[in-house]
Amino acid sequence: MGQATLRVQKISGHAGSVPGKDAQRDLEVCKLIDTTTCIGCKACEVACVEWNSMPFSPTMFDNTYQTMPETRWDYWNLILFNEHPREDNTLQWLMRKHQCMHCAEPGCLEACPADGAIVQYTNGIVDFQQANCIGCGYCITGCPFNIPKFNPETKRVYKCTLCSDRVSEGLEPACIKSCPTGCLHFGTKEDMKVLAEGRAKQLRDFSGYANAGVYDPPGVGGTGVIYVLHDATRPEEYGGLPSNPTIPMAVQLWKHPLKWLGNLAIVGGLVGLFVHYLRFGPKPHDDEPTSHQGAQP
Amino acid sequence: MSSEAVRQEEQPVPPGSVLRYTFRERAIHWTAGFSYLYLLCTGLAFWSPWLFWLAVVFGGGQISRTLHPWVGLIFSVAVCFMYSVWAPQMHFTDLDGKWFKAIRFYITNQDEKMPPAGRYNAGQKALFWFFFYGGLLLLLSGLILWFTESLPWSWRYLRYAAILVHASVALLSIGNFMIHVYMGVFAERGALNSVIRGWVTLNFVKRFHPGWYKELIGESSAANDLSRRE
Repeated sequence: MGQATLRVQKISGHAGSVPGKDAQRDLEVCKLIDTTTCIGCKACEVACVEWNSMPFSPTMFDNTYQTMPETRWDYWNLILFNEHPREDNTLQWLMRKHQCMHCAEPGCLEACPADGAIVQYTNGIVDFQQANCIGCGYCITGCPFNIPKFNPETKRVYKCTLCSDRVSEGLEPACIKSCPTGCLHFGTKEDMKVLAEGRAKQLRDFSGYANAGVYDPPGVGGTGVIYVLHDATRPEEYGGLPSNPTIPMAVQLWKHPLKWLGNLAIVGGLVGLFVHYLRFGPKPHDDEPTSHQGAQP
Repeated sequence: MSSEAVRQEEQPVPPGSVLRYTFRERAIHWTAGFSYLYLLCTGLAFWSPWLFWLAVVFGGGQISRTLHPWVGLIFSVAVCFMYSVWAPQMHFTDLDGKWFKAIRFYITNQDEKMPPAGRYNAGQKALFWFFFYGGLLLLLSGLILWFTESLPWSWRYLRYAAILVHASVALLSIGNFMIHVYMGVFAERGALNSVIRGWVTLNFVKRFHPGWYKELIGESSAANDLSRRE
């Protein structure tokens, strides 16, 4: 019942306008992750798995605290653990809660060919509608964060919903509720940005992290999940967070110039062939009594 | 060519005609043709939201997505068979260069001004090689798209290349396909029959494939049909 209150502003693979678009404004929601106070306890992982009724996934041991290499179709939220050697040869542990970033300009939605398989609500949440998913995997290609994961049994793709079912009922996402250190916050994008900037300033001014900052990448129009990082100049250190994520150039070329050139060429070709037939007609040869109708002898 | 004599033995043709395509050649052609049509329709459905209804016509988006790669394999196998049957006859010669230079006469139906084409004219050869190499590119990029989710993140550039290659070559193939259908069905009367029933009239051969006509005349002492020419 929950999603009845969520209105849609973008629809994947949709011809024509979005029904009800702009009929109602909504505040953009945002999840703030303060990596500087994350202790890697994985309570958010457990809460995610429980709320979304997913089974516990087998873990693996790779000599660190990393429990599995990446998210799975039924494991949407993963703490990435990285050992970062400082310049003075001491070691820093970097923990980052990794999940869908809910981009304002989502590459998955851009790449998706199936009508309504991916939607973006007016509150900014990007949600997969598996009933409409055709399992082509283009969203996997379109995503700059390696988020959508394919379930080979159902042949559909899954990812974090930002608990759209909870949010539509006025609740915070399950991960937020479970966080014991308060490193996770949820609210409007505006409020979260203020909170994040304040925390980053605190880190710069009082904790010796001169490069502390907020990760809200403009290349994808900003994200519905933002980070406070000890060193915002090197997001790659946090398990490969891209420093300037954009929708891949190949996807943009494919969905814009190539699409319009191709459509123009196909329609132009059809018209051209028809006009050729009107002008020149079939090639005359001696078998046909009608061949003298041709312009040429 | 003795192979022509073999051709004539395969099936009877009407008087004043000659067998252009054997049953094997026709069967391969239509295997490729119908599988291409399916790939075209489902591919266009994934290409543009305006054409997604095509996927619905073919049983829905999921079924189209599931079958498109398998039909692609059928198409690829058919193209391989085409290669084995036709490649030896498709090598470009000096004459083909002259043919391309004179193509405006071909387009304006002044075929008598064209350099004499052999069994296949240069345009047909170009179409053949486009579909051979284009088919190969579509197969390779298609395999990447088929198993997109199995590629590790560090290999994602392969996915980026694959979507561009698959879409670009598919678009080029649509252009070639449209010209092919136009020529075969509308422009060259008799060509469609040649790939359905197998035979063409000698008048057709004389006008569009004079080089091949000469070869046939050379054999005319052996083939009774040919004595009926004009």
